Amino acid sequence: MQIVQRRRLPLRLIRVRPGGVLPILTILAVLLVLVGIRQPDFLDPPSLMSFLGRSAPIILLAAGQYFVIVCGEFDLSVGSLVTAQVVVAARLIDSDPARTWPVVLLLLAFGAAVGLVNGLITTRLRVPSFITTLGMFLILVGAVYLWSDGSPKGGLSEEFRRFGRRAVEDVPLLGRVPYALLVLLAVAALAVLLTRSDFGRTLVAVGDNPRTAELSGVRVWRTRTIAFILSGLAAAVAAILLGGYSGVSFQAGAGLEFGAITAVVLGGVALGGGRGSVVGAMLGALTLELLFALMNFYGVSGALRSTVQGAIILLAVAVSATRSSAR
Amino acid sequence: MAALAAVTLLALTACATDEPAAGPSGSASAAGSGTGEQSKFFVQADYDAELALLDAAPTGPADKPWEQVLNPTMVDTAKFKKSGPHKICFSNAALNNPWRQVGFKTMQAEVEAQRSRISEFVHVDAEGKDQKQIADINDLLGKGCDALIVSPNTTATLTPAVEAACKAGLPVVVFDRGVNTKCPVTFINPIGGYGFGHVGAEFVSQRMKPGGKVLALRILPGVDVLETRWSAAKVAFDKAKVDVVGVEFTDGDPAKTKKIVDDYIQRYGTIDGLWMDAGAVAVAAVEAFQDAGKPVPPMNGEDQLDFLKIWKDKNLTAIAPTYPTYQWRTPIIAALRILDGQQVSNPWKLPQPTITQDNLDQYLDANMPPLHYAMCGCTDLPGYPQRWK
Repeated sequence: MQIVQRRRLPLRLIRVRPGGVLPILTILAVLLVLVGIRQPDFLDPPSLMSFLGRSAPIILLAAGQYFVIVCGEFDLSVGSLVTAQVVVAARLIDSDPARTWPVVLLLLAFGAAVGLVNGLITTRLRVPSFITTLGMFLILVGAVYLWSDGSPKGGLSEEFRRFGRRAVEDVPLLGRVPYALLVLLAVAALAVLLTRSDFGRTLVAVGDNPRTAELSGVRVWRTRTIAFILSGLAAAVAAILLGGYSGVSFQAGAGLEFGAITAVVLGGVALGGGRGSVVGAMLGALTLELLFALMNFYGVSGALRSTVQGAIILLAVAVSATRSSAR
Repeated sequence: MAALAAVTLLALTACATDEPAAGPSGSASAAGSGTGEQSKFFVQADYDAELALLDAAPTGPADKPWEQVLNPTMVDTAKFKKSGPHKICFSNAALNNPWRQVGFKTMQAEVEAQRSRISEFVHVDAEGKDQKQIADINDLLGKGCDALIVSPNTTATLTPAVEAACKAGLPVVVFDRGVNTKCPVTFINPIGGYGFGHVGAEFVSQRMKPGGKVLALRILPGVDVLETRWSAAKVAFDKAKVDVVGVEFTDGDPAKTKKIVDDYIQRYGTIDGLWMDAGAVAVAAVEAFQDAGKPVPPMNGEDQLDFLKIWKDKNLTAIAPTYPTYQWRTPIIAALRILDGQQVSNPWKLPQPTITQDNLDQYLDANMPPLHYAMCGCTDLPGYPQRWK
């Protein structure tokens, strides 16, 4: 039934390729209704804007993770990369506003470099990305501890924190619009443009069937490496927003890699690659955050969040596997 | 199929949300006032003793609380008398948090201030590992130390190592966390966790509106110094009959703290009181209220400067019980007195001052780094303030 719908529905508003966004939009709508019933205030513009701002980092990470997953790989290093970036930023800025912009640029370069290393090790040394990025995860965790003697030093300037914490005030209708949301919208637009470009199509083709892609002249290793770099860059932007939101923290990025992967899978992107859209992945992240908000309103312990994430991954992959075999 | 997945997922989450919704104050609450069962670590006699010490008048110079003693019981040290200068050795549990880093710098500065009497100061960092500290103490015994200072990593595991050091005949001084043996010449520490927890909880429950909602934030369960803080707060909250809507663990992480506090603000609309067992995440909690556009309720923090600064800037209703870092000066002073054959108190209970609105300005130094602890008693020491930056 779904297959028929996917193939036939002339929904050109949001490009319906295989792995379309209709299912995730449905889930999102249902959750919004449930939240609206339980906590109507939540849907007031100020509260909703603050929720979107707070969710921006995980949505960005989901977008980054999308590029890696859709070409058939994994990036488990993003959580520890976020932590490392926040700790590095605090130490380098050391509460000096003048260093804000140089450090922001450095973080982006650092994110891209970690992505490049992940990509080259995976593609050139043929280490499975699961292992490569797990290794990178451990390396970054260890390096952060070693470098900071177990407690973060320095501090983030107010200028740096602005991106994750402040908002454009007094916007008509909406109230305050968090900078994080504006950053998110800009990055999301870039991501959508990128997926519609030749590179985006190549990326999906590589994930779908790397051999065919190779034979038709695609340099598979380069495409995949770029995907890792994009994920690293997304982690850098997420780190800037998260560091801004909560200040220096040793656990700023803890567990975010699983959150991002769950979101991507929930958004209809097939693990193993070849199917799914970046909009779906980002909506997946938003849905996941909304689900957690709903759980909070019902007084469910925060400890259950990881259980729910695990259940979603298993369920979504199982569904996707059944779908593939039906294809 | 995807639709099916969605339905199943919703069914699953619906199941998960139904049950706790029946008990409206959330999972952390079991007993009537929401504070739950009393901690296994709670000892009534210790609690009573600590609360009594809060009101005790210390002996010693008023301007040097690190030399003061509450209810002193002096012990003879004539047998350790020795001519100087001395070699003093220090086995340190760890340097892995800002409190210990500020404390250790204070101790180093004290050593420098006493340079004429100390020929050598040996410091070994056990990096938070019991086994390493046992080996460290053993190694130090063969290095000709005149006195040994120990800040134990854990109480029970380090006891035999400290006993072995006592047997070697040199004077042993233990501070901060204790050991289960009476063999050290003296054990130095401030009043303790019950006092800390009580001061914060009493302030919060008195200043908030009656019957209001309190959120309690704890670092992690199962650590004695933190369990005592919470168990004293629980007693105070139960007595004041406030509604403790949540007791949550933050892991000392600002990001997690901010999220938890934000969740509670979203869920309950307002929170009327905020208690925490350590000040490290106090600023994150304050920010959560600010960013949500809500007034910051009466709360407690600790003597870290980031909190004192935001307290002053935002005119908060706050209090800061302390676990003073000046206690790192006392072991050096004690060791030198013992080597002089002077009497010292055992136990050496240090006063545990509280920062209030009235004396806030005295402790707030805008030039010191945000993670510095104001109660370091270090302003008269060599290298201040540069050494602590």
